[in-house]
Amino acid sequence: MLTDITIGQYFPGDSVLHRMDPRVKIVLLFFFIVGIFVFDTRGAYAVMSVFTLLLMLLSHVPLRMMARSVKPLWWILAFTFLVHLCSTPGEIFVRVWIFDFTYAGFWQGFFVCLRLVLLILLSSLLTFTTSPLALTDALESLLRPLKRFGVPAHELAMMMTIALRFVPTLIEETDKIIKAQQSRGSDFSSGNLMKRVKSLIPILVPLFISAFRRADELAMAMEARCYRGGVGRTQMKALQIGAVDYLALAVTLVFAAVLGALKVVGI
Amino acid sequence: MPIELKHVTYTYMPQTPFERVALQDVSLTIEEGSFTAIAGHTGSGKSTLVQHLNGILQPTGGQVLVDGTDLAARGKAALTARRKVGMVFQYPEHQLFEETVALDIAFGPKNMELPAAEIEQRVRQAMEFVHLDYETYKDRSPFQLSGGQMRRAAIAGVIALKPKYLVLDEPTAGLDPRGREDLLQRIVQLHKKEKITIVFVSHNMDDIARTADRVVFMDQGKVLLDEAPAKAFFAEKEIAQAGLAAPQMVTLLTKLREKGLAVDPAAFTMEDGVAHIMKALREAKSC
Repeated sequence: MLTDITIGQYFPGDSVLHRMDPRVKIVLLFFFIVGIFVFDTRGAYAVMSVFTLLLMLLSHVPLRMMARSVKPLWWILAFTFLVHLCSTPGEIFVRVWIFDFTYAGFWQGFFVCLRLVLLILLSSLLTFTTSPLALTDALESLLRPLKRFGVPAHELAMMMTIALRFVPTLIEETDKIIKAQQSRGSDFSSGNLMKRVKSLIPILVPLFISAFRRADELAMAMEARCYRGGVGRTQMKALQIGAVDYLALAVTLVFAAVLGALKVVGI
Repeated sequence: MPIELKHVTYTYMPQTPFERVALQDVSLTIEEGSFTAIAGHTGSGKSTLVQHLNGILQPTGGQVLVDGTDLAARGKAALTARRKVGMVFQYPEHQLFEETVALDIAFGPKNMELPAAEIEQRVRQAMEFVHLDYETYKDRSPFQLSGGQMRRAAIAGVIALKPKYLVLDEPTAGLDPRGREDLLQRIVQLHKKEKITIVFVSHNMDDIARTADRVVFMDQGKVLLDEAPAKAFFAEKEIAQAGLAAPQMVTLLTKLREKGLAVDPAAFTMEDGVAHIMKALREAKSC
């Protein structure tokens, strides 16, 4: 059934990662991602893989769920690996038709894929441990300095919050409309393409009407409560950088130093 | 032949962390020609229950039989059985989509692939039945109608299917008193004149008192009580457990009797109750 879908992938919990300030998480994630591309020695990859694994364990998110977030990229990973495997010059170990598979290609493909997997895992760690609302809050806070250059930080965050808030509502609404039209004998699962597209009209029209009605009502309700954008607005749960965040920062610095040292030594 | 629910169980999102049992071992028979009211507070499973009656939801355990045909079966027989049950959802006006009222009401009959003349005939009848004048309203956009008219147009869309059983899920919610009154009368008419079996979901006990000949209370996915109104309205314990309130007339008559007036609380419809009180008052005065 349609309402069986869960939105986003936030996994509620109380781990160290959950308790971190979302802004710090976003900034550190950014540095990690840069790090993945800067440090490209085998030793650095090993350190980063171990570190990512530790973070995953620390988050208390079931590994099964983490694996699920990598799954959709399975084909891209396989394709990338194959392309590198047969397009890198070097010592050939097997030759199929016109493709030369090389050892250098194997390692090259392996590391590119590892890089991608680490990237996905680290960013999904952020979305697993941070609720969508905290994420938008953090985004607003981080974008605030750009306001001077005309970036509507508050408005963007508010739009994101509202959109997230209404996804489940609209799904529920869709489910209800589908059921109602089914009760009137409409059939969505048979006939040719044209007929199937046509059978969506009785669902889409009421859905759009209801979405517009809700938007209208929401705008009215916000105005009635004197909403006038982000100017002078305070937050009930203000984001605060705490001890956990300083600790995370320190760990990251140590981590960066180790990677830097590895790079200098050249492992 | 009745609609029979046999040990129906329904679980939302089974085998996930969000699993929720909405119905637990519900057995119920809805006799042909009856007017059954299903009452219970929000989340008691009444909406889930009625969605089983025309096969929109398939039970995770148990069986639903309409006139002896299992709705879970594949093939033509089950489809025919499903079509015998018309379903009016909560806020049915939210399902209107066509350009004109007549086209919207014709949507169901068209899906049944009826001949054009028959469709027009049914649309006309259904509109007359819900008190929407055919000539005046047939070419109007459904979105120009008032709230009560939209509700009636949507209900006409289900009536045009000519169901043998009609399920209405809180049909009077959000209507003004006049619209509510009018709609209830239309439903009673459907039952009396067209001999349609009605299943009426509501938590308004006054509406139920005026219409139903049988009352089912739901609580936490189970049938709490299944009785004739004369008994159901005096089952104080069950009424309280289901989170409902006895009809106002029952409460009034009970209080009057406590004060020493010779009335019988079983006269729970508004008309009966008023007549009853007047009679008791006259008798009290004369002696």
